[in-house]
Amino acid sequence: MNWNSWIPLLVVASSLLPGLVIFGLAEDRVGLRIGLNMGGALVKFALVAWMLWGVYQGHEFEARLALLPDLELVLRAGPVSLLFVTLSTVLWLVTTVYAIGYLEDSPYRSRFFGFFSLCVTATVGVALAGNLITFLLFYELLTLATYPLVVHRGTKAARRAGQTYLVYTIIGGAFLVLGAMWLYTLTGTLEFTPQGFLDGLGNEHRPALTIIFALLIGGFGVKAALVPLHGWLPQAMIAPAPVSALLHAVAVVKAGAFGIVRVIYDVFGVEFSAGLGVTQPLAWLAAFTIIYGSLRALFQDDLKRRLAFSTVSQVSYITLGVAIAGPIATVGGLVHLVNQGLMKITLFFCAGNLAETLGIHKVSEMNGVGRRMPWTMAAFTIGAFGMIGAPPIAGFVTKWYLGLGALDAGQSWVVFVLAGSSLLNTAYFLPILHAAWFREPPPDWPAARDFGGKETAWALLIPPLLTAAMALGAGLLASLPFSPLAWAKLIADRAF
Amino acid sequence: MGAAHSDIPWAIILILLPLAGGMGCFLWPRAATVLGLLCVSAATLSVIGLGWQLQDAGVYHHAVGGWGAPLGIDLYADGLSLLMLAATALVGLGVSAYVAGYFERKDSNRFWPIWLILLSALNSLFLSADIFNIYVALELIGLSAVGLTALTGGRDALGGAMRYLLAALLGSLAYLLGVVLLYHGFGSLDIKILAERVEDTPALWAALGLVCAGLLLKTALFPLHFWLPPAHANAPAPVSAILSALVVKASFYVLLRLWLEIFAPRAGGAVGELLGLLGAAAVLWGSILAVRQTRLKLLIAYSTVAQLGYLFLAFPLAITAGISAWRAAAYLVLSHALAKAAMFLAAGNLMHFGGHDQIVDLDRVVQRLPLTTGAFALAGASIAGLPPSGGFIGKWLLLEAAVTQGRWDFVVVIVIGGLLAAIYVFKVLGYAFTQADVLRESRAVPASMEWAALSLAIGAILLGLLALPVLGLLDIGNAFGTRETGP
Repeated sequence: MNWNSWIPLLVVASSLLPGLVIFGLAEDRVGLRIGLNMGGALVKFALVAWMLWGVYQGHEFEARLALLPDLELVLRAGPVSLLFVTLSTVLWLVTTVYAIGYLEDSPYRSRFFGFFSLCVTATVGVALAGNLITFLLFYELLTLATYPLVVHRGTKAARRAGQTYLVYTIIGGAFLVLGAMWLYTLTGTLEFTPQGFLDGLGNEHRPALTIIFALLIGGFGVKAALVPLHGWLPQAMIAPAPVSALLHAVAVVKAGAFGIVRVIYDVFGVEFSAGLGVTQPLAWLAAFTIIYGSLRALFQDDLKRRLAFSTVSQVSYITLGVAIAGPIATVGGLVHLVNQGLMKITLFFCAGNLAETLGIHKVSEMNGVGRRMPWTMAAFTIGAFGMIGAPPIAGFVTKWYLGLGALDAGQSWVVFVLAGSSLLNTAYFLPILHAAWFREPPPDWPAARDFGGKETAWALLIPPLLTAAMALGAGLLASLPFSPLAWAKLIADRAF
Repeated sequence: MGAAHSDIPWAIILILLPLAGGMGCFLWPRAATVLGLLCVSAATLSVIGLGWQLQDAGVYHHAVGGWGAPLGIDLYADGLSLLMLAATALVGLGVSAYVAGYFERKDSNRFWPIWLILLSALNSLFLSADIFNIYVALELIGLSAVGLTALTGGRDALGGAMRYLLAALLGSLAYLLGVVLLYHGFGSLDIKILAERVEDTPALWAALGLVCAGLLLKTALFPLHFWLPPAHANAPAPVSAILSALVVKASFYVLLRLWLEIFAPRAGGAVGELLGLLGAAAVLWGSILAVRQTRLKLLIAYSTVAQLGYLFLAFPLAITAGISAWRAAAYLVLSHALAKAAMFLAAGNLMHFGGHDQIVDLDRVVQRLPLTTGAFALAGASIAGLPPSGGFIGKWLLLEAAVTQGRWDFVVVIVIGGLLAAIYVFKVLGYAFTQADVLRESRAVPASMEWAALSLAIGAILLGLLALPVLGLLDIGNAFGTRETGP
């Protein structure tokens, strides 16, 4: 084992170990807990930066551990993994700051931050997994680590939301294990390979492979909130804001979308799955989800629920981009993995700020809030315009490449889906912005807290500003090397 | 390792030491706890020693008193025996550490002698090469287990113990009749010799029926599981752990041995299929009942009924999959032993703390015992077969055997059983995170009890990463490979 093979392990350990220590900390050891959290996040950041540089130069980072006689646990840093690892590392750092500010003085913080760290460990493991079994292992771990976060509030509603979440995800997990096992008995390997590892299988296996594809996509589709498997997501909104932010932007939903990416690129291979005729139905399903999520979002008055349905819709852009199965659309889908994360986390941070500072939970309570909290609402506005797809924010890049890619692949119907979705996005975001900036504020807010001269606490304000800036940067500076777009192009080059 | 290791008769120590310890505890009750802990630790070290011996020199064979079979008694140890001994030692160590804080003085004085004799009987069962010896060990195990169940008195405990006693005696009796038929028909009690001599005669079939019926009753395979839930749920927690983790596995082990050596080559097909069917029914029925329970310990007991069912799925699958299905069963035995013991010990902590085990009221106690809750959660993950855990490895291997053979009926059962297990585990955990006011005063739980449960649970999880070395040890002596062909 040379030095390079230790790095993926260290990336996983850099949140796992602090997490385990945090479980054992007494509630009042605030300083040590913050130190462990931030220290882990920074170490992880440095390690990931090192890997980014290395992979760009063409180095390999791979760690292997034997699990069963001919099955290994593999952690490997390739371009696709790094896209997701980098996203989760950066956003974990930001979310940790936010969570520290958000949970100040609330009970059970050691438990919260312990599971929070486990959750990120699992996400990074999912990102770095070099074969399907490793992926599954971390994917299930993610389910288990997020459950305590969803029910953290400890109310009856929280328990019910947690139950729903578990029922969906554990059944999804069972589909995955079954699909993976079946695949394994057919091929004898589960190693992620660019362009897939199924080429050797003859025509007689096509029905079985179609079912396996359905099982795998069904399993991942639960977390990626593909309609009709999305039911848990709006309910899970009961969780504290940093959890929602992480769930929607990085961890759970993205792990599902990332799983779909892996299945199509590295298990079945783009050409093989197109030949199997399974990508077209998936594209339709994704398109339907995009429109359906937006329509439902339109009618939600609860801000977090509106954002949740918006996630249902937006995450399917990734699936759609991948399912169109052309090089340009791929770029659009992959870059959205990052872009949606940046924009959605901004929106959730802002929603959390409104709830924490003024007690606002509903869209109808947001009149004039832009005057009371201008910075928060500025970040919100950037996120919202990004979702709509207005240039030069990140979301525009996605829609541009998706549209071009669809035309390139001869699937012009996608353009109408994109247009319709943008229209709907506008319809559910613009009224919020209009109310916040142009309506008269009410005489008093539902539950205002005083932060001296500031609009809210620093730890709550800086994270959304930072992520909003990143969302803007990902659009403005898209043509620079190491931008999400440049990286997605690098991946697409290697996949086709 | 060196010659020093291979000279020590570890197997004999494993049998005699706990026996002597048990008598010592009986004679000097004051020193019982210390003596007991010493004995169990020494037994654990002896298992390690035996493991080394096996790895160096292969299968262990010893003719007691110098008289070999067919005249004398033989001790025999291969990878499968080692796995069972290791499970016994690990669970025994955890339970013993737990007991030191659990019982009052009076109960503790009763517990140690019986438990050490039970340990000795378990060890000798796993080391026996002779079906009459096995009968003696089985009887001893049954009686001491009943004694432990009734340890604290109380109506429910005595009722459970009574049913248990009847089942245990009936089971041994049927087994003994089978042994008599085999001895009469083929003139030996040694398993290996019998394996060479048996022929397809009515006596063999009658013996097969009697032995299977007796052992299935003791293993509590559906529909013969009726005695298990009341006995396991009403015994004191450490006793429940021993019963669910080890005692039911002992009779399963005997069945497995006899099946592999004597019955499978002649009666494989139809009987194996029937056992698989009953196993599948046990998985579904036990899981469903576990989900419906309102008392935590009953839930765990029904979960045992379900998990035992998985072991029997290997019988039909092994007809063509051979080694891989048996390996799955063996791995499940080991990981279930650790996980189930951890679960019962955790339940014991909760009862100790809150004075009850009603699941809906657990929210008042669970959240104040994070280590115990953690133990329950980790053990539950292994029981439900979530990765990474020993349970996952076992079920993955079993699933592999089922998918390879296209046995989709078993695939469905395995998957649904896992889902139901997840449901009943999380049904309990859901309450761990709900906040409620503390209504009544609770009793503090000693740290040793919390850590005993947690260590066993961590062991069950670690098994998920140790599959290669464990399976390597299991292969010593090729217990599954000798006769894997079908009828």
